[in-house]
Amino acid sequence: MANYATNEFRNGLKVMVDGDPCSMIDVDMVKPGKGQAFTRVKLRNLISGRVVERTYKSGESLPGADVMDTDMQYLYSDGEFWYFMDPSSFEQVGADAAAVGDQAKWLKEQDMCEVTTWNDRPIAVTPPNFVELTITETDPGLKGDTAQGGIKPATLETGAVVKVPLFIETGEVIKVDTRSGEYVGRVKS
Amino acid sequence: MTEQATHWRPSASLAMLQQRAGMLARLRQYFAEHGVLEVETPLLSAAGNPDPHITSFTTCPVPGESPRYLNTSPEFAMKRLLAAGSGPIYQVCKAFRQGEQGSRHNPEFTLLEWYRPGYDHFRLMDEVEAVVRRLAAGLRVLGPVERFSYRVAFQRHLAIDPFLAEVDELAACARARGLAVDGLTERDQWLDLLMGHCVQPLLGREGPCFIHDYPASQAALARIRPGDPPVAERFELFIDGVELANGFHELQDAGEQRARFEADLRHRQLTGGEAVALDERVLGALKAGLPACAGVALGLDRLLLVLSGCERLEATLAFSYERS
Repeated sequence: MANYATNEFRNGLKVMVDGDPCSMIDVDMVKPGKGQAFTRVKLRNLISGRVVERTYKSGESLPGADVMDTDMQYLYSDGEFWYFMDPSSFEQVGADAAAVGDQAKWLKEQDMCEVTTWNDRPIAVTPPNFVELTITETDPGLKGDTAQGGIKPATLETGAVVKVPLFIETGEVIKVDTRSGEYVGRVKS
Repeated sequence: MTEQATHWRPSASLAMLQQRAGMLARLRQYFAEHGVLEVETPLLSAAGNPDPHITSFTTCPVPGESPRYLNTSPEFAMKRLLAAGSGPIYQVCKAFRQGEQGSRHNPEFTLLEWYRPGYDHFRLMDEVEAVVRRLAAGLRVLGPVERFSYRVAFQRHLAIDPFLAEVDELAACARARGLAVDGLTERDQWLDLLMGHCVQPLLGREGPCFIHDYPASQAALARIRPGDPPVAERFELFIDGVELANGFHELQDAGEQRARFEADLRHRQLTGGEAVALDERVLGALKAGLPACAGVALGLDRLLLVLSGCERLEATLAFSYERS
């Protein structure tokens, strides 16, 4: 991979910092009218998700990170790995629990996800912003209680638990925003 | 449509452009009331700025002739006017610096620069405060002024003496604040790092804050006052942690100025910077006799930024660099 000098730093650039691939999320110049210029960067560690702030002397450089985002179809999990397929090449990759993390609870077979790889190894999985999932268990619905605004927990087919309105029943399909984990609405079958 | 075609709109609001125009009107009124002459000097100069941390743009206005430099500040030309007997002068102009871009930087920016024969840097600080308060009228109420030396600023905010601390201590002080920076070889680089990241953000939170009497190694074009330690008779102004102005009790000695220029050129050479043509004309003016004076450059875009409470410089510019 190429090296990137401070004047090439920009949001979204993927670089290696302390042995981990990181993505730049904020780049700014700190320079006195008379004196040394610095570049201050906020970086998201793509392995841990943590954000760190670093300062570089102007002219220094960082090695690029071989990081790619690819849209892939989720196939299945064998309990240890979650398998995804690139629909254009039919190539399959297995992502481990560290890469999938908390997102596992939104993964439904056949859904398209964004798989982030570093040196061809999956390091993160981003599910679609909205998923449609069937409720496998929730307390019995209260007929006519559509306007009260009350909520109850519901378990979905993927194991995720979301808060839903009281009138929602087991077996219904609902739409969920995976970024906030919030119920969006019911899906008419 | 191309991206350019859809991004034709200004980066500043109409209200901001009106505030900018009002600020310029008050500025000209102030200097007219105080008998300071408005001047204009060339933006294209045969000589460049040897400051090792500033990169000039060059261009060739006449094919076949040597390149010209877009001015990085109008100081050299204005000093030639002073030496020619202009008396107090001011200028509002664009300045150009390559590679300077960010939330507080734009490669071209608007400077107000003025010179006061007979003033020292303390007396000029009084006037800078008066000008800033006049320009702030109707935009922001500024709290009381603060003034302290570079040394006190470091002692107060970092508990370290910038004149006595060894490089190791400066590096440890930076590390203790989460600043691990590679490639710094000079003492002044560590001081700039600490100033820019740890001291400056805390300056001028209530009202204008002047820092004065810099290390002699950071004198630039200021006189050095002998003492233990000797200090550069230089000041800077900060509001909300933003550097707004830099002023000098101006160096008059042509020989010393040439020595500083040559040291800058050597520094540029050592650090891989491009050589620049020295301004022999300003050295000629100093030799002929620059009146004792103090001068200051104030960034008007940044001043508008802090007076209007914006976060990013482009909000003060009709068209930022990205939309130019």
